[in-house]
Amino acid sequence: MSRHTLSVLVENKSGVLARVSALFSRRGFNIESLAVGPTENPDLSRMTIVVDADSAPLEQITKQLNKLIEIIKIVELDGGAAVQRELLLVKVRAPLADRTQVLQTAELFRARVVDVNPETVTLEATGTPDKLQALLATLAPLGIKEMAQSGTVALGRGPRSMSGAGTLRPVERTA
Amino acid sequence: MTTTPSERAPHEGAAADAATREAAAALSGVETATRPAAEPVSPATGITGAQSLVRSLEAVGVEVIFGIPGGAILPAYDPLFDSKVRHVLVRHEQGAGHAATGYAQATGKVGVCMATSGPGATNLVTPLADAHMDSVPMVAITGQVPSHAIGTDAFQEADIRGITMPVTKHNFLVTDAAEIPQRIAEAFHLASTGRPGPVLVDIPKDVLQATTDFVWPPRLDLPGYKPTTRPHGKQIREAAALIAAARRPVLYVGGGVLKAHASAELAELADLTGAPVVTTLMARGAFPDSHRQNLGMPGMHGNVTAVTALQKADVLVALGARFDDRVTGDLASFAPGALVVHADIDPAEIGKNRRADVPIVGDAKETIAALTEALRGEHEAGRTPDLTAWWTQLDDWRRRYPLGYDWPEDGTLSPQYVIERLGAIAGPDAVYAAGVGQHQMWAAQFVKYEKPGTWLNSGGLGTMGYAVPAAMGAKYGRPDTTVWAIDGDGCFQMTNQELATCAIEGIPIKVALINNGNLGMVRQWQTLFYEGRYSNTKLQARGTGGGHDSTAAHAPVRIPDFVALAEALGCVGLRCESKDDVDAVIEKAMAINDAPVVIDFVVGHDAMVWPMVAAGASNDDILAARDVRPVFGEGQV
Repeated sequence: MSRHTLSVLVENKSGVLARVSALFSRRGFNIESLAVGPTENPDLSRMTIVVDADSAPLEQITKQLNKLIEIIKIVELDGGAAVQRELLLVKVRAPLADRTQVLQTAELFRARVVDVNPETVTLEATGTPDKLQALLATLAPLGIKEMAQSGTVALGRGPRSMSGAGTLRPVERTA
Repeated sequence: MTTTPSERAPHEGAAADAATREAAAALSGVETATRPAAEPVSPATGITGAQSLVRSLEAVGVEVIFGIPGGAILPAYDPLFDSKVRHVLVRHEQGAGHAATGYAQATGKVGVCMATSGPGATNLVTPLADAHMDSVPMVAITGQVPSHAIGTDAFQEADIRGITMPVTKHNFLVTDAAEIPQRIAEAFHLASTGRPGPVLVDIPKDVLQATTDFVWPPRLDLPGYKPTTRPHGKQIREAAALIAAARRPVLYVGGGVLKAHASAELAELADLTGAPVVTTLMARGAFPDSHRQNLGMPGMHGNVTAVTALQKADVLVALGARFDDRVTGDLASFAPGALVVHADIDPAEIGKNRRADVPIVGDAKETIAALTEALRGEHEAGRTPDLTAWWTQLDDWRRRYPLGYDWPEDGTLSPQYVIERLGAIAGPDAVYAAGVGQHQMWAAQFVKYEKPGTWLNSGGLGTMGYAVPAAMGAKYGRPDTTVWAIDGDGCFQMTNQELATCAIEGIPIKVALINNGNLGMVRQWQTLFYEGRYSNTKLQARGTGGGHDSTAAHAPVRIPDFVALAEALGCVGLRCESKDDVDAVIEKAMAINDAPVVIDFVVGHDAMVWPMVAAGASNDDILAARDVRPVFGEGQV
């Protein structure tokens, strides 16, 4: 199986998220991450869905998603042709003795300190899932108290967009 | 309808239907709804949401609604009282839903049902799921608790939109009375176009009571809905080339051909190819059973020739079919040598179960017509396949393994005989609606279907209790046609209350009750796979009623007494227990047209449905009868 990132434009209506997540669960597809947010068009939202699937099931996933009436368009964003980012907030134990090491690690990963107190430091980092995994692995020995991580958001590289002129080619609706 | 339904297919000459289809063809995303030009719909101001709802239903051409009122939907029932839209008051909302389905399947129009919030709405879940599985165009309208009470666990509150998301094509919660015309227009458009299906519109009580304006036609706002109806030319040419080169082709015809009203196109394609045709459970009637090329039904209880033809085919042309597990058996060993042309209006069906070598997305009517055209080109270019050897083979199987049945050794009445005689006497112009189980399979096997829209059943969901309400809906939609429900005693006891509706509303359906006193299909599996341990399948009290016991010296205790039950529900009740009486009792029922009729056919409980491919087994392991494995012979294709 391999990871695929689907960027899905949907109508900005109540219940759409429920339709999408219910579709994944009842058809036995696994969502690795899902992020929903507004777009440049207030009538549309963008869902970025990362799935772990072989190509045949992936085709079935996109076809079933396309059947949902409120889904406008699906594009697969992958590899070098897209920018993919996640946001991580992580609260690390940072007593005085360890504090320098925490801050050096943060600098190495270009993470920002967003909260500090005598016991802990909270870092904010963005990046690819791999980079954030590496950051977490480095911080783990110091003691992670708590963390929150977003799903992946992604955009295709280059001048084209999913909705405007010169649009990205949608995942085929036909077989 | 101006035509006589018994003489013409339901879709022919129906102006409203033509308009729906025209709208379907024209619509791409945001468009204006088109409707029959005959009656312009005048706008209205300062009316209630409920009035707007009823006007919208009138404007889309609704003829009848099957439903039950209740608190939340009550505002809608007041203007409905004065409307030209007729309302049939059913006895249970499940009956309303299946009646809408039966109406839709028999007429090709959208079936409509209505219920109140909470339990009224949840009682529609089964028929919605049923219509979803069988792609039946249906619109359900439900009342909801007032907007301010939603989410408070109010009296009779159920999140019916959330509940029905997985079992509808789409659903709406209307939040503003001004949206009502648009949502109704969208619901009917979604239900009837593309791959048809059920759509639910949930309307809170305060929205029905609010003051609003009504304008028709409304704008449809469905930017994400663009069904592909026209097949791709390149795919059509590839398919035609494959068919022209095939030596053992089979046309595997599914319910989509009926949904697309494509029987005439199919007949032309069949004539041109000379290929054998199999019609699935959902497609019975799409191609005449009397046609020499029709091998009959494939699948778990399909006949040996139809099943084996699929197994041995070199090219399968699947038209509006979805490679259901009941057709393919074990998927890995299904039609192992076949290249597959798969045409369906739903792209998600293509490649879902079986890889397609030539995928075609499109409406079956357009697709089949285009295939015929392209194939004609192949033939003109001299590529005409010789199917003589294939037909020699098929005819040999047909001769050696015809559909048949044995008379019960205990002298009881044979259920297959009853159904065979019913089909022969009521004929190909009647509509037959079956429940689910042995009687359904026998009705699919032993009634000969010649015309579209004459066979109604619950194929995908397998909903026991479907027959009586579906027959009611069909009879309402085609009042001049004889409509028979072929039901089992298990199924019948789930929904027979709708016979009261039929009696009161003047919907004289006929019911052939195949009463073996058992849940027959489950019993058959217990016989075959559970060493005859009949756990909870006997519907009669021990030692009484049904099967063997009816011939015992003492009078059987019948619980219920179906003749008395029928009479209590305002029907004529008849009983038949012997072969000699079968024709006479059917003819007697055929002569009664002013009341519903129920015939209690007391049959033996040991009869089994054959042939059979056991669940999960390969189609290669079909049994023609118990312990009878067909021998296909050496050196054959």
